[in-house]
Amino acid sequence: MTAATASTKATTSAPDPADSSTATTVEFRALSKSFGATVALDGLDLTARPGELLALLGPSGCGKTTALRMLAGFERPDSGQVLVDGQDISGVPAHRRDAGMVFQSYSLFPHLTAADNVAFGLKMRRTGAAERRKRAHELLELVGLPQHADRFPHQLSGGQQQRVALARALALRPKVLLLDEPLSALDAKVRVTLREEIRRLQQELRITTVFVTHDQEEALSTADRVAVMRDGRLEQVAAPAELYDTPATAFVAEFVGTMNRLPGVMADGDVEVLGQRLPVRGAAPAQGPVDVLVRPEALEATADGEGRSRVLTAAFHGSVTRLTLSLPDGATVKADVPSHRAATLPAGATVTVTLPQRPVLVDGPTA
Amino acid sequence: MARLTRKPLWRGAVGLLAGLYFLVPVAASVIFTVDVPGQGFTLDAYSGIVSADGFTDSLLLTLELAAATIVLVMVLLVPALVAVRLGAPRLRPVLEIICSLPLVVPSVALVSGYSSVLRWGPEHLSRTPLFQTFTAVQDKRFPFVLVLAYTVMALPLAYRALDSGLRAVDVRVLVEAARSCGASAPRAVLQVVLPNLRGALLNASFLTLALVLGEYTVGALLGYQPFAVWIVNTGGNQAQLSVAVSVLSLVVTWMLLLVFAALGRPRDRSRSLSRSRRAGRDAAAPAPIAQEVA
Repeated sequence: MTAATASTKATTSAPDPADSSTATTVEFRALSKSFGATVALDGLDLTARPGELLALLGPSGCGKTTALRMLAGFERPDSGQVLVDGQDISGVPAHRRDAGMVFQSYSLFPHLTAADNVAFGLKMRRTGAAERRKRAHELLELVGLPQHADRFPHQLSGGQQQRVALARALALRPKVLLLDEPLSALDAKVRVTLREEIRRLQQELRITTVFVTHDQEEALSTADRVAVMRDGRLEQVAAPAELYDTPATAFVAEFVGTMNRLPGVMADGDVEVLGQRLPVRGAAPAQGPVDVLVRPEALEATADGEGRSRVLTAAFHGSVTRLTLSLPDGATVKADVPSHRAATLPAGATVTVTLPQRPVLVDGPTA
Repeated sequence: MARLTRKPLWRGAVGLLAGLYFLVPVAASVIFTVDVPGQGFTLDAYSGIVSADGFTDSLLLTLELAAATIVLVMVLLVPALVAVRLGAPRLRPVLEIICSLPLVVPSVALVSGYSSVLRWGPEHLSRTPLFQTFTAVQDKRFPFVLVLAYTVMALPLAYRALDSGLRAVDVRVLVEAARSCGASAPRAVLQVVLPNLRGALLNASFLTLALVLGEYTVGALLGYQPFAVWIVNTGGNQAQLSVAVSVLSLVVTWMLLLVFAALGRPRDRSRSLSRSRRAGRDAAAPAPIAQEVA
């Protein structure tokens, strides 16, 4: 499936935010950018709908941050347009773009208190001191830090600093909120809490938000839709569940979640794998060997004294246990089984591995 | 364990040696100025300073030159350093080399160059408006040519101080954060970058001031009488007075250093938007990292 078709599919399937009447649409249109010989963006077409949280997900160097920086006004596109509510803002300087941004590194102004940081934008707009103070305290309350108004950045923890940065980004009531990996410098526990907080605020304020991250879990758990990028291009944009369940390409399938590659053979449009014949989803060669892409939870492992596969290891993950299985042809795969069933599948047990009779994604001829 | 107990001893010994190295000459100078053979203890050398011929003029001239030099150094260096960090990081080594060049050019050579230009200019530019400029920069009341020379000489010192200050802050992120808050680029630099460089700016200013206060060669060879030249000239016939002035200038320099160090400390919260909560905040100080609101 191409990016364009993926986008169309996602557009029809993702839920709309509750109220998008006053929210903003952001559109990247044929956006290209190179840094010397390195192509950062290669004709990116992508739309963030009014009031949605759109995550840009991809490996390092895929162009997600460049796209965000172009929306913020910190980079100029070589070609293409950035549109906000249909208006091309490519030539508008960053300080007139009406976009609040939270950065990856702690970006609070070290010489100002939390309240002064939040009020900085209002000061730039020449808002009166009393109004600034009122708004700063409102926003600090919104992010749960009213008691830290007088603290300087060095007196705040990383999570608190990012909360203040979020309040600062919202102070001017921007049309768009830009989040450039705001959680990546935080420890795991704070990261989870803060991403839930960001989501809550975003939904409460119904502000169109573009969230750059390389953490798939973060993207899937926070965003209305996730745009997966690779080499400056859009690979697929879809709602998290759709992206996980029906990835458009092998890259998306393997980048989002864990994916097994099982050896299979194409035959008359179907694929033969693990002794089963299954229909194929998406593009596939007509004949020959292929890799069949299957999620661990889609593999069914059943204890069978005469089974030809063997359990190598069993790792407890709470509600599920992840088994590492050795298949008859020597390939190793992962399979998730409910933990209450895992007792019957200890390491060394022989099992039979099957797949549900559903269309599967295949990838190229096997080397 | 033995290493741990011996370490402070070494530190103390090194500290003592360094202290003696600096303090013995100063102490000798002080003794020389207050212990006059045949008179015993006297403060005449110090009381005579203010009334000494040329003292006030040379000191005021030097302070004016120092102020002008500091302004010129900052105006040249700060925008250049910030611009290089924001727009062309690859040019940083080039800027560093340019600013370090004065270290390898002796003052005498620098003066020789200035003298040649100052002689050449009026001869060849007598019919142009530049002639007036050449005359003006050599005005005895305020020889701006000295400011130009001092600026060149202060570049290596000021560059190091400012560069280390800039290393401590992420200029790019701060400017971008300010711009996303609605500040234009110049405003972002003025209101966000410069306040966070206060310590570095003060250090650079102090080093420049110290250089100007103690600079002799350029002033003397170009025929002017700033403070250092006055001290040497006075020392020829009033040895105790000139040493007393040296001691005094050392004390003044140290005091200025303390003032600059005090000014360079992080700003208190008195100008914060939220000063109404100050009392409550201070009660909790020194503020520990508050528990994560998670």
